[in-house]
Formats: sequence, C-alpha cells, structure tokens
Amino acid sequence: MEIHELSIQGIRQALVSGQYSSHEITGALLQRIAEENPRLNAFVTVTGELALAQAKVADSRRARGEQGPLLGVPVAHKDIFCTRGVRTTCASRMLENFVAPYDATVIRRLQESGMVMLGKLNMDEFAMGSSNETSHFGPVRNPWNPARVPGGSSGGSASALAARLVPAATGTDTGGSIRQPAAFCGVTGLKPTYGRVSRYGMIAFASSLDQGGPMARSAEDCALLMDAMAAHDPLDSTSHAQADGQFYAGLDRSLEGLRVGVPEEFFGEGLDPQVAEAVQSAIRQFEKMGARIRKVHLPNNVHAVSTYYVLAPAEASSNLARFDGVRYTRRASCPRDLTDLYTRSRYEGFGPEVRRRILVGTYVLSAGYYDAYYLQAQKVRSLIREDFRRAFAEVDVIVGPATPTTAFALGDKSNDPVAMYLADIYTIAVNLAGIPAISLPCGFDRSGMPVGMQIMGNYFADEQLLAIAHQYQLQTGWHLRSPGQQGRG
Amino acid sequence: MEWEVVIGLEVHVQLNTATKIFCGCSTTFGAEPNTQTCPVCLAMPGALPVLNAAAVNKAIALGLALGSEINRRSIFARKNYFYPDLPKGYQISQYELPVVGAGHLDIVLPDGTEKRIGVTRAHLEEDAGKSLHESFDSQSGIDLNRAGTPLLEIVSEPDMRSATEAVAYLKKLHALVRYLDISDGNMQEGSFRCDANISLRRPGHPYGTRAEIKNLNSFRFLEKSILFEISRQKDILENGGQIIQETRLFDSVRSETRSMRSKEEANDYRYFPDPDLLPLVLEQSRIEAVQAQLPELPDAKKNRFMEQYGLPAYDAGVLTSGRPLAEYYETVAEGMDSKLAANWIMGELLGALNRTGLEVENCPVPAMQMRLLLSRIEDQTISGKIAKEIFEALFLESGEVDAIIEARGLRQITDTGAIVSLIEEIVSRHPQQVADYRSGKEKLFGFFVGQVMKESQGKASPDQVNSLLKQKLQGE
Repeated sequence: MEIHELSIQGIRQALVSGQYSSHEITGALLQRIAEENPRLNAFVTVTGELALAQAKVADSRRARGEQGPLLGVPVAHKDIFCTRGVRTTCASRMLENFVAPYDATVIRRLQESGMVMLGKLNMDEFAMGSSNETSHFGPVRNPWNPARVPGGSSGGSASALAARLVPAATGTDTGGSIRQPAAFCGVTGLKPTYGRVSRYGMIAFASSLDQGGPMARSAEDCALLMDAMAAHDPLDSTSHAQADGQFYAGLDRSLEGLRVGVPEEFFGEGLDPQVAEAVQSAIRQFEKMGARIRKVHLPNNVHAVSTYYVLAPAEASSNLARFDGVRYTRRASCPRDLTDLYTRSRYEGFGPEVRRRILVGTYVLSAGYYDAYYLQAQKVRSLIREDFRRAFAEVDVIVGPATPTTAFALGDKSNDPVAMYLADIYTIAVNLAGIPAISLPCGFDRSGMPVGMQIMGNYFADEQLLAIAHQYQLQTGWHLRSPGQQGRG
Repeated sequence: MEWEVVIGLEVHVQLNTATKIFCGCSTTFGAEPNTQTCPVCLAMPGALPVLNAAAVNKAIALGLALGSEINRRSIFARKNYFYPDLPKGYQISQYELPVVGAGHLDIVLPDGTEKRIGVTRAHLEEDAGKSLHESFDSQSGIDLNRAGTPLLEIVSEPDMRSATEAVAYLKKLHALVRYLDISDGNMQEGSFRCDANISLRRPGHPYGTRAEIKNLNSFRFLEKSILFEISRQKDILENGGQIIQETRLFDSVRSETRSMRSKEEANDYRYFPDPDLLPLVLEQSRIEAVQAQLPELPDAKKNRFMEQYGLPAYDAGVLTSGRPLAEYYETVAEGMDSKLAANWIMGELLGALNRTGLEVENCPVPAMQMRLLLSRIEDQTISGKIAKEIFEALFLESGEVDAIIEARGLRQITDTGAIVSLIEEIVSRHPQQVADYRSGKEKLFGFFVGQVMKESQGKASPDQVNSLLKQKLQGE
C-alpha cells in the first residue's frame, strides 16, 4: 500500500513498527498534494516547511519513547480554525491576509497530540454553502468526478480525504457542513454533540449551531481524532463540563439488540431512489448484525430548513459584524468617511452568498420582524428538539440518508439558493437539536458517485455512533473504495 | 399654570474588577493605548467571551443594597451597531432579563425631607473602547483598553421632580457604589456617568415627550443640563410647539444641550440573546454569600451614628456620606466628645480638604493625630483656638500634635498666678476702660479678655481668664 493510501490507524502502525518516519510520510503526502491539488483545489494554504519541521519534532518525540496514537500523523485543517502564524482566511476575501496570533483550541489540542499540519483546507466562504462554490479561492472539485461538487462547506476536507491527500482533516458543521461533503465524497465525518468540541478560535458562523468535528476515511480514524479533540474548554462558555470521552476505546461494541429508528420523513419526495436503495440496504445490514429496526417520526423535520435559514443568518449577521474594515480585515481603499469605509470594505470583502445571509439575518432581527421570524423560529426549534426527544425514548439511534442526492454538478444550483439550501434537508435538524450524527459511505449510484448515510444519536451518544459506524465498516467495504480505483476522470 | 419636570436617570457604573467582564485583560486606567487587550476584547475571529464572576457578584451586591429583586436567571443579549471603538460590532449587554430587578433608593433633600426613588433594574454590560481624534492628522485612532470593562447600568423610575432631586439621587448612588466597593466612582475618568431623561408635563397629566441627555459626568453638569432642558422645553411648549423625542448632548462650555439624533435616526439595535453565553443562573447560596460580605450601608450607618454618637441627622448624614469619612470619624470619636469630633471633622477637616481638593483617603492629618489634637483640647493642654493653629500645621506640614505643642510653646497657661499677673498688667495699662466698665459699660469685658489673650499669645486658658478677670474687675 502506498503511503498516501494509509489511514490514520495504518500510519500509526507504520510509525510504531518503524516502517516509516513521520517525516517520510509527511514528505510523501506533500508530494501527493503538489501533484493532485491543482486539479482539486482542496487546499487554500499548504504549509510544507512547517509540516516537515513538525514531523521531525514528532519523530524525535517518538524516539524519546512517546507513543500517542496521533503522534506524527499528518492532518489538514478547514481554514475556519485559527492557526497562529499561518493565515486563516475562512475562504473569504475579507480575511485573505489574516494571520491569527493564536491557535484555535482544536488546533492546539491536535498539535499537542503530535499531529503534523499539512495546511489549511478550502471551504465555502464563512462556511456558508453546500457545494464549496462560494469560496473566494475558487470551487473545490469532487475527486470522484471533477465536474461534480464535493459538497460544503467542509468541501476541501472531504475532497482531500477522498483523493488521499490527507489521512485526517477537521471540519465544522452548522447545518450539515461535515456530513454532506463526507457523503458526497465517500468519507466519514462526525458532527459531535454541541458542546463537546471547543468553538474557541473557530470562526463563528452561527454560534448556537456550529460544531467542529473529525473527518477521515473511517469511523475508527474519526474516533482517534475525537479522543484528542473533545474536551471541556474554559475559553468556550458553551463547552460542556464533561465533553471528553473514550471514543476509540469504545469502538468494540455489539449491535445485538440495538434499536434503530428509521424516520419515514427522510424517505419521501425529493429523495433520489438510488440513494434510498443504498441506505435501505445499509439498514438491512444493521438488521443482519443484530439490530432491531422500527419506524420513527420526526414530523417537524419539514420545518428544519426554513427554521435554520432564519436562525443561522440571524446569528451570522451579528457574528460577521466584526469584519468591518477597521482592524485586521481587508479595508476598502481611500474611504470618504466612516460609512463609506464600512460599506465598501464589507461589500468588497464578502461574497454574494455571505451578503445574502447577512441581509436576511439583519431583517429577521429588526424591529417589527423579530417576533414573526426569530422568535417563531426559536419556537419551532424547540419542537424539532422535542421530535428527537420523543424518538429517542423509543430507539437508540436513527438512520437515514445524509443527503437527498449524490454530488451534483458544479454550477447546477449555484444560481438557485433555495435548491442549494434543500441539499441540507436531512442534516439541519440535528444542528437545531444539538445532537450528534455521523455520515459514512454506504454505496454508490450508477454514475459511480458515493452515497452517504447518516446515523443520528441522542445527546452524548457520539461514542455509540462511532462504534456503530465502525462495526458497519468492519462488515462492509464502501469506505475503502477510492476514486483512483474507479479510473481517473 | 405650572410645569412639572419629570426626570429618570440611567447611570453607568464601571465596576472595579481587576479584569474585564469577558476576558482576563487588566482594567487599569491610563495604560498605553491597546496594551490591555487580547483576542477576545479585540474581537478577533473565533474569540469567545467568558463571564467574569466577580463582576456578577458586584452587581448582586448593588441589587441587595437597593433592596432589589435578584433575578435567579438572567440573559446576556447582543446590542448590534457599528462603531469603530465597538470591535465586535455589538455590545454584550442584558436586555429582557437583567440580573437586578426592581428596587429603590431613599434620598434626603436639602430641606431634610426624604423621598423614595424607584430603581427599575440594573444590568451588566461591557464598555466600548475610545476613539481618539487628536494627534492623528485627519485620521482617528482607537484605543481598546477600555473595551470589555464591566459596566453596571442602573435605570431609575421617572420619579424625580427637580434638578435637586436628581442630583441628590446621583450623589446617593455614587456614595453607595463606593461604600460597596464595586466602583471607584471616578467621574473624571468616566467610571461613573449618567444619561438623564427629562420631560415636562402639567401636574397630574400623563408624561410628556422626553429628551435624553447623554454622558453627564459631573453632578454640576447634571444639574445644569436639567435646568437648561426645563427652560428649553418650557419655551417650546408655551409657544405651542412639541418636544421631539431625541438624544441630546450637554455642552459644558456653553452650559446648554444640543441635539445629537432624533428617534427616527435612532439605531435599531436588533437585540437577541447572545448564543456564546449561557443564561446566568444564580444559586441562592451565592446570593447569600454576597449578602454576608456586604458592608454596613449608608442609611444603617447614619442611623447608628445618630444613636451611638448622639449626632443630629444632618451631621450623621454628612459623616456617613462616604466610608472613609465615616471610618475617620469613628476613629477620632472613640472615647471623645462625639459632637466635638463631628464639629472638627465637618468644619476644619472637610474645609481644608475642600480647599486643597484632597480626599479623606489621602488626608495629611491621620485620624489618630486628629483624635490626639481633640484630646489636648479636652484635657485643657491647649485652647480650641490654638488647636486650629496646630491643625493648620498638621495639615500643611504634617508632624505630631504633642511635638508641635512643645516646639512652639503652645501649652495653655493654666497657672492662676501667671494669669492673674497678666490681668493685673492689662488692668493697670487701661485705667480709663476699667473705670468705664465699672460705671456700667459691661461690653468692655470682651475688650479685656482680648487684651489678656493677646498678651498671653493666645495660650491663656480662656475659661480661667474669664473668671479671674471677672473677679478682678468686679472685686475692686
């Protein structure tokens, strides 16, 4: 097996056995990135020298006897996590040259565990998008078919993983931004329970929905990442006091007697039959493995998208106010006065989708509309949360498709915001409720594009979700397929 | 027909916590611009607020002192507006559910009457930075050292009916925050400032339209801006005009208020709960712990002073107007004539402090020296007049009471023989006046006392001079 094909677990074994050094692995991946990234555009910034230096440090730590499971394992980060000394753009012109003087807590924790940072990954601008087409640095391509989108907003992360440029990546998920691109690119990604992964240093889109999480090519690898990522963070007031867990150690668990709920609402109109078929067959697989399948209802899921597109823009309109042209952002040249400085800096710095959401968010919070939109949406949010509470009284987990279709073509929906928003129809409710969900490959459609399923769990069921996905991946091989095997182009 | 002015105050109190309300930066005033900042108060991307528990405790302390409801659950909200010294583009404040609910403050008016002023609420929020328009050649500088300093905004009911009442309320509140040690109350540095809502109405009628005067940072400015507003609004109303609801600024040079923006131009702040902060939930035990730490409050102290020291209400009020002064008094008065102590502190001490612009805290005459000085009056070592001279010396040059008495030979002459010979000297020098006195011009008695005192350089015991002189003049 070539170096770039190794999983986190594979790299770990190679490092332990001495087959490769971290420096060799890092060098090989940087080589691969240099070759493949130009056609994928998955990276905004490649930090080659820094990576090789970190790899050397990791190798010497290992030589001194350190044995952390992630020591010397390369990773790349969604460019939404602040990295000290390395520019953090959020794929926006606004932050084109922004270099943070601090590390996000997630970055710090992964760095302390000895991971080697290969660079910063492309994404939708400020994580607003479902196709990675809103990036200031250009769209990311889907390695399974470069005419297709990788999904978004963590599109660079999913594409780089699928193309075997990186064995591990970070992502963030506000309405499906980890799970949808994971599904489109045939990789595995976990949206953790809100509060398990620190948001400190992760550029905010919608604070009450944003959650960072791991992306990799297997649930097992995601578990290794979660062991390092999840922890209480005193710098984040919404971080949970018992955020940490035993993710990797908890993978070995039987599905015997597991109560799996299947929501009817997730299999209705708009769902591609090929996606439905792949997910149904995964459900049969769970049954074979001892799970008991039963129907559940999530009646308010139908309101999830509209609720989300009130609340998320509302929070975003406020969160993005700090990008005002005054301090560290891009500033319009020769402003006439203060208003001109604000309006032009923001108009020039933000792309059209970001501007659209700021406008929507400002509108729904404004005097006279607050009750009708924002407050109403908060009420519906409680109903959606209540749906899950009722469902989890009957079942342990809920399984359904991660996305209504497989990856669509670039340009397909970029002029139709509502069609684009509906790409997240199965993922958004999870964020509104704050529960965890994992997305993993469960088949392919006839055009050879991966199909993703989603397993949703109750609060703090992150370990359970990883274990179920891992048990499934022990029995199936979907997650092992790579675009290369399909033939390029 | 008369107009009645209706006044409500919003007072912004900077809390004297060591660190800012949502980050660990120092709150010390006067540092180099932007040296007391971090990613959180600079609003760097991804930075998040964490609430300072000390600021919350200070808010609770004020609430308890005002007899307010302490809300067991309160919410931080974002007040959204753009301004260069507001780095996040929003201020974290409290809107619908503040930490402190309804309470009251009792004020005493100059004529001695008491009035209860309702306090609607008090909420926690963060201060903004400062824009610096000087010394940057057509550009503006921004100093974010103050950004994130904890503020408590205390909102009164529209219960005040004169500038005098408003000033009395503000002074009482000012004394209270310093008593509670929740703010340094420094008005020059902006630690204690207020906005005044002022309207006129015919007595008994509904409230009129109000103007809000922003950012008043002295008692005098508050008084002047109210007086100006009363006459401005009266002019408009009596000429058939209407008051516009607007925000006005007080120009301290011209002693007038000027329109800043009208209600139509006002910002829509788009308040919504801050998703970065959980609701602030207060356990009863925490409130009780703050309660247990509260110092004796001004009203309680005043009552105790009246009872314990037998002081009139006015004296007790003055002496308890600040904690340092009250402590000074108690040190001086211990075991002494309490009225004498009150007179000296309210007269000599406060007079000298006023003249020199000093505070009790940095008074050059330590309380123990003052006490010693008064004890020397009581034991008749010196006269009251000499004591004033010594006080002057203590205040200006410092030193020690007994040392000054000895060094300057100020010990009172109580030796009867010495005084009698002084008297005889004076009497023999003024035979004409003696004759006049004896023939009935009794007011000449004062003349003799003055001459004797003068001859003794003020050191003769006045009591003894009086009685011995009387004996001498009447006896012969």
